[in-house]
Amino acid sequence: MNEPILAVGSVEQGTSLWKDAWIRLRRNRLALFGLVLLVSFVILALLTPWIAPYAYDDQNLDLGASPPSAAHWLGTDIFGRDLLTQILYGGRISLAVGFVATSVALLIGVTWGAVAGYVGGRVDAVMMRLVDILYALPFMIFIVLLMVVFGRNLLLLFLAIGAVEWLTMARIMRGQVQTLRQQEFVEAAISLGLSPVTIIWRHLVPNALGPIIVYTTLTIPSVMLLEAFLSFLGLGVQPPQTSWGLLISYGAETMEEYPWLLIFPGMALTLTLFALNFLGDGLRDALDVRGSTD
Amino acid sequence: MWKFIASRLLQAVPVILAVITVTFFLVRIAPGGPFDSEKAVIPEVKAALEAQYRLDQPLFQQYLAYLGDLAQGELGPSFKYPGRSVNELIAAGLPATAELGLYALLVAVCIGGVAGVLASLKPNTAQDYIPMSLAMIGICMPTFLLGPLLVLLFGIQLEWLPVSGWGEMPGDKLLPSLTLGAAYAAYVARLSRAGMLEVLSQDYIRTARAKGLPEWQVITRHALRGGLMPVVTFLGPAFAGLLAGSFVVETIFQIPGLGRFYVQAAFNRDYTMILGTTVFLSTLIVLFNLASDVLAAWLNPRLRSQFGEA
Repeated sequence: MNEPILAVGSVEQGTSLWKDAWIRLRRNRLALFGLVLLVSFVILALLTPWIAPYAYDDQNLDLGASPPSAAHWLGTDIFGRDLLTQILYGGRISLAVGFVATSVALLIGVTWGAVAGYVGGRVDAVMMRLVDILYALPFMIFIVLLMVVFGRNLLLLFLAIGAVEWLTMARIMRGQVQTLRQQEFVEAAISLGLSPVTIIWRHLVPNALGPIIVYTTLTIPSVMLLEAFLSFLGLGVQPPQTSWGLLISYGAETMEEYPWLLIFPGMALTLTLFALNFLGDGLRDALDVRGSTD
Repeated sequence: MWKFIASRLLQAVPVILAVITVTFFLVRIAPGGPFDSEKAVIPEVKAALEAQYRLDQPLFQQYLAYLGDLAQGELGPSFKYPGRSVNELIAAGLPATAELGLYALLVAVCIGGVAGVLASLKPNTAQDYIPMSLAMIGICMPTFLLGPLLVLLFGIQLEWLPVSGWGEMPGDKLLPSLTLGAAYAAYVARLSRAGMLEVLSQDYIRTARAKGLPEWQVITRHALRGGLMPVVTFLGPAFAGLLAGSFVVETIFQIPGLGRFYVQAAFNRDYTMILGTTVFLSTLIVLFNLASDVLAAWLNPRLRSQFGEA
């Protein structure tokens, strides 16, 4: 039969789609810059314990706050701790929150949307109605509330932010699945007797990867912003751990005398958010994701 | 139209009820009672306090009683400030917050709208690139960073404007309003640019031009109405963000508003205050979403019929 040839053909088409997207992305200089910047920040974060110029808890009270110098490239804080080291370790937490919380959101959102879109009918109506209701809730306030009620720990922060950010993902996924499930290859999978779980994970999710990737890239910066916002208010990451939001909050307290303590952590956060937004916009154009459902 | 408003109002009721319920039980299951921190409170006093705040009753009865109070617009006494009710505290903080939010919204719509429309009129020129790059910076620069930076520049280095306060010195409202509004101005600029670009390419604009209307009339009479639609729908959700942003801005500039009360209540574990403020703010947000939906439907008849029949 012709089946193997058909399969090979479709695989080839699949790779060319991604290759095509990559070529388009490479032409977008801002997006590429964002990608390079992001990858370097992630590598720096992963290697921090080995490359940080000083130990995390190294204090030098005699030195105190000092402006950037040869020994301390970005200066030191009021306890004489090296700011570069602080930013590197803070970046680990900030990036970790960004990626982990987004993964939580991704997992819930994709599953929820896929099930709603695939099963359809009344189940779909109920599931999406719930999403609508949750959309209307003032979540920023709820996260503050959650952090107050359950104490300020990092795991909860991941979960709370993740639990908030999945809604749009669910809507996008549902729209994708609704279109996809009309197509022949899904009908073929159903008639082969595959279980809905297999169909969703093996056939529907991979075909909706484009919008998922784009939206994920755009969710990470909003998650990181949320973490920094909470840390700034003192409701997020707690000392002795640190994050960019927390460093900015310390910097803001002493900016009159030691402006570098505000400016450098601020630059780290802003540059990362820039990189992610540019990359997300670039990916949207490259993968030609148009008009998501919201 | 009335049918549309009524159906949206009906949808808002369960949302608000859900907020009240979830907040109430979340606050109650929180570890540590509000009177635990005081050292060695006499048991009788503690019992009296708990009776006063109805903490001695079963949880579900407390919930029903709270709902009853709410129905009468009563948010209960504050744990932290004895003798003052949550209503009074909200009334004390609301004017500053409302004023700040209003100015920030003005900043967002005026600056953002003008920038976006100007950019859309000459796409891919400097008139487009410069405001849009600024908008990208506005989106990526968090409020809690922009605020201190503005203070550092205009308050401390240049000494042009006061560094904090609200209504105490001339010009002290400028920096907070700018700080809070900047990110939203950026979003509004992007949305209005995209909306205008779409509208400007449509047939009825070409018709208007073909009729010989001057360009500024084409823009103001025909394009703006459709082009600014996305901005209107954005304003509802933006309101929730503005409120959250006011937490930060009020903290930075030491403005005695609702946001600062809320953050303080969170730190003090002033449960009735948290509960009351959450319920109040959430209701406000839901109503604002409703208003923005209604406004959008009023501007766009297609949306109205779609919702009215559903």
